Amino acid sequence: MTDALPKWADILLIPLINLILALVVSGLVVALIGKDPFEALSILVTGAVGSAYGWGYTLFYATNFIFTGLGVAVAFHARLFNIGGEGQAALGGLGCALVLLYLPLPHWSLAIIAASLGAALFGAAWAAIPAYLQAKRGSHIVITTIMFNFIASALMVYLLSRVLIVPGAGGSPETARFVESVHLPNAYDVLPWMGFSRSTPLNVSFLLAIAACVFVWVLIWRTRLGYEIRAFGQSEPAALYGGISSVRIIMIAMLISGALIGLMAINSVMGEAERLVIDPVQGAGFVGIAVALMGRSHPVGVFLAALLFGALYQGGGELTFEMNGMTREIILVIQALVILFTGALDNMVRAPVERAFLSARKRPRAPLPTNPVEPGGHSDEKKVEP
Amino acid sequence: MTQRPSQGEAPLAIELRGISKAFGPVQANKDISIQVKRGTIHGIIGENGAGKSTLMSILYGFYKADAGEIYIGGRPTPIPDSQAAIDAGIGMVFQHFKLVQPFTVLENVILGAEDGKLLKPSLAKARKLLTDLAREYELDVDPDAVVEDLNVGLQQRVEILKALYREADILILDEPTGVLTPAEADHLFRILKGLRDQGKTIILITHKLREIMEITDTVSVMRRGEMTATVKTAETSPEQLAELMVGRKVLLRVDKTPAQPKETVLEVRGLRVIDDQGVERLRGIDLDIRAGEVLGIAGVSGNGQSELLEVLGGYRKAEGTIRMNGQEIALTGSASDARMRRMQGIAHVPEDRQREGLIMEFRAWENVGFGYHREERFGSGLFMDNTALRTDCEGKMARFDVRPPDPNLAAKSFSGGNQQKIVLAREIERDPDLLLIGQPTRGVDIGAIEFIHKQVVALRDKGKAILLVSVELDEIMALSDRIAVMFDGRIMGERLPSETDANELGLLMAGMTGKPVAAE
Repeated sequence: MTDALPKWADILLIPLINLILALVVSGLVVALIGKDPFEALSILVTGAVGSAYGWGYTLFYATNFIFTGLGVAVAFHARLFNIGGEGQAALGGLGCALVLLYLPLPHWSLAIIAASLGAALFGAAWAAIPAYLQAKRGSHIVITTIMFNFIASALMVYLLSRVLIVPGAGGSPETARFVESVHLPNAYDVLPWMGFSRSTPLNVSFLLAIAACVFVWVLIWRTRLGYEIRAFGQSEPAALYGGISSVRIIMIAMLISGALIGLMAINSVMGEAERLVIDPVQGAGFVGIAVALMGRSHPVGVFLAALLFGALYQGGGELTFEMNGMTREIILVIQALVILFTGALDNMVRAPVERAFLSARKRPRAPLPTNPVEPGGHSDEKKVEP
Repeated sequence: MTQRPSQGEAPLAIELRGISKAFGPVQANKDISIQVKRGTIHGIIGENGAGKSTLMSILYGFYKADAGEIYIGGRPTPIPDSQAAIDAGIGMVFQHFKLVQPFTVLENVILGAEDGKLLKPSLAKARKLLTDLAREYELDVDPDAVVEDLNVGLQQRVEILKALYREADILILDEPTGVLTPAEADHLFRILKGLRDQGKTIILITHKLREIMEITDTVSVMRRGEMTATVKTAETSPEQLAELMVGRKVLLRVDKTPAQPKETVLEVRGLRVIDDQGVERLRGIDLDIRAGEVLGIAGVSGNGQSELLEVLGGYRKAEGTIRMNGQEIALTGSASDARMRRMQGIAHVPEDRQREGLIMEFRAWENVGFGYHREERFGSGLFMDNTALRTDCEGKMARFDVRPPDPNLAAKSFSGGNQQKIVLAREIERDPDLLLIGQPTRGVDIGAIEFIHKQVVALRDKGKAILLVSVELDEIMALSDRIAVMFDGRIMGERLPSETDANELGLLMAGMTGKPVAAE
């Protein structure tokens, strides 16, 4: 059935039910290893949002996930499954670092613009090759993007251990620190009265992430290009009929996707590490897939899902510190359960909720003598595909 | 054939009592009761969306009825799944065949009904049975032929054989003639009559009045989920059935005056298409279409009509020359071609509106600009003007009587006829010089057919050129001012509707050119 659910139920209610289910199952897992699930939940929540310190990290992680989630979402609209976020974000980090290391930038405001261009350009370039292979040769983008993650990882190791490494500085594979003048203001600098610590990782790129959300919304729902991307994603034969070039859409959607994912480096590389380290992405590229799925590829949904995953990351981290026996692996299990329930098992919840909504809507009509069929409306014959 | 133990010699093969089924708010079947006598051909007719397929899906165990009972041979028989239906002796021939294409006929027939772990005994048994059936019912198919090499008529026979191999006593056929030539349809009807005479019961679902009149013994009419009437075929008329289907009087003919053709609008010379597999789909097509006339292309589907429309619509590569209003147009098949076509005055209502003509997930208002979305009227610069689209959509819905007239509904929520009206409104109101229109009334209810035909004739009377492709011979005969018949990528001949008949066209459609040999 179409339009069975009001929008708020689609975007908020169903993910919420999914989330609760995931937490219930996670609680069982925690109980199974002999811990108190309620205590664990309380630590997780307090750790994530119970203090300015927690909020700082939650929003910092969320910023990463917003960028990667938006990138995956844009590709999703063209029905392209970009799972190369890890590689594109790593290359974005490289672009960002090169700009900041080698261009003389007097102030962070100029630096963030130049670094954004660098990060977006490198991220897009890394997505461009799989995109071209898909558009021109039909090589499946899932395969090529994931292979490019490995290539990116190898490339970063090479560059950081042989080329960009600072000679005689202890030998760890990372670049030199960026100069002080390009240091991005963090939450402590901007909002000193909020209680953030001086070293909080949350920085102004959070605002850039929000701007990116607005950009994606306008792009997808207000521009001709977005219209063509969605049309292509919904039906390739129709796009062909409508004079929409598949090569053009695949290339552009993937370039935008890669650029958004590359921008994550502004937060993690420029904003937090202030140098390029060996793995600047830390799995955010993959989390972006879950975020886009859970957020239904809508910027608002992506934003909310990114917040949730940011909280899970941060709260989960706290949990490993605070509770004996809660290892990193258990946290991964909990995160995986959230992804499983919100992404993969979505239909399990959706169908009963839709039915509930429909029967709730039908009930007031029941006493009527005849059951009205909408005139000329819904086709009531279903195609049978056993 | 093995005879099923008869249950007290009940004369009824199937009886449905009070079947109801709802999908969400839509009541697809409403308290339906029907009795089908053993050894008869029982037609079920109704518009798209009347609930025919739902009813049959309940009978075949795909859906569970909300209420009601099924009696097979006089005994209450619950049918929770299709295996139960097969066990009850029901066989189904779907509109879209369920065959494994790379398997042979024999392998397809025994698929899922193998007797043991080894295939050989089953294959031998099936082979013998197939030979017997071929003799008895004109059901000849080479058991060792690979299914994908067979034409649709033969594939359909394989489906019937599958059902008979599973000892079906009751055979349900869903729109069986949609893909057949007139001759193949006649053959099918002979097979069905043969089966009936052997005591099988046949349920024929169709929306074609002619078939009902030709072959059925009894006919039930469905409208909006209800069974409105069951009558003896001999005691009814097409007009009466149409009225029962639609609920009002319907004009079955198309009212039109003789065409006033003017200058040539489209000139096609030596058009060839070779597809990705290297198969030649169009083998040198020459056509002229003039302003103010409808050129109908008749033919069984798959003989190059779709490719012709795609080339003219600008999204298939071809060789040859095409002139539109005297100007040669590009045949590269790239996206810019498809956009240029629209600027050159060619509008296209594609054959498959759900795959090409509409984006089913898009709302109606998003669809009314599709293909024209880069034009000034729908936005400026990079941006779309969604308000302009909505306003445009409201106007089109009013002028083309789209129901319900709600621009915010997704295209997939409209019935087939209303979807087609949206596409038609978009293409006709662009004011093209040439309208390409493929299968204009496929999957469209009778009431909407009348409307769509009127629109096509009105456009012609405005002096526009129209290329009509349809597999419905009745539609071609009714609308065309000239008829060209396509077979195997070629035009077999052109006829005037006044000087030809279904027989002659049927022969051309089957690839026979010479004068038809007098039958009597």
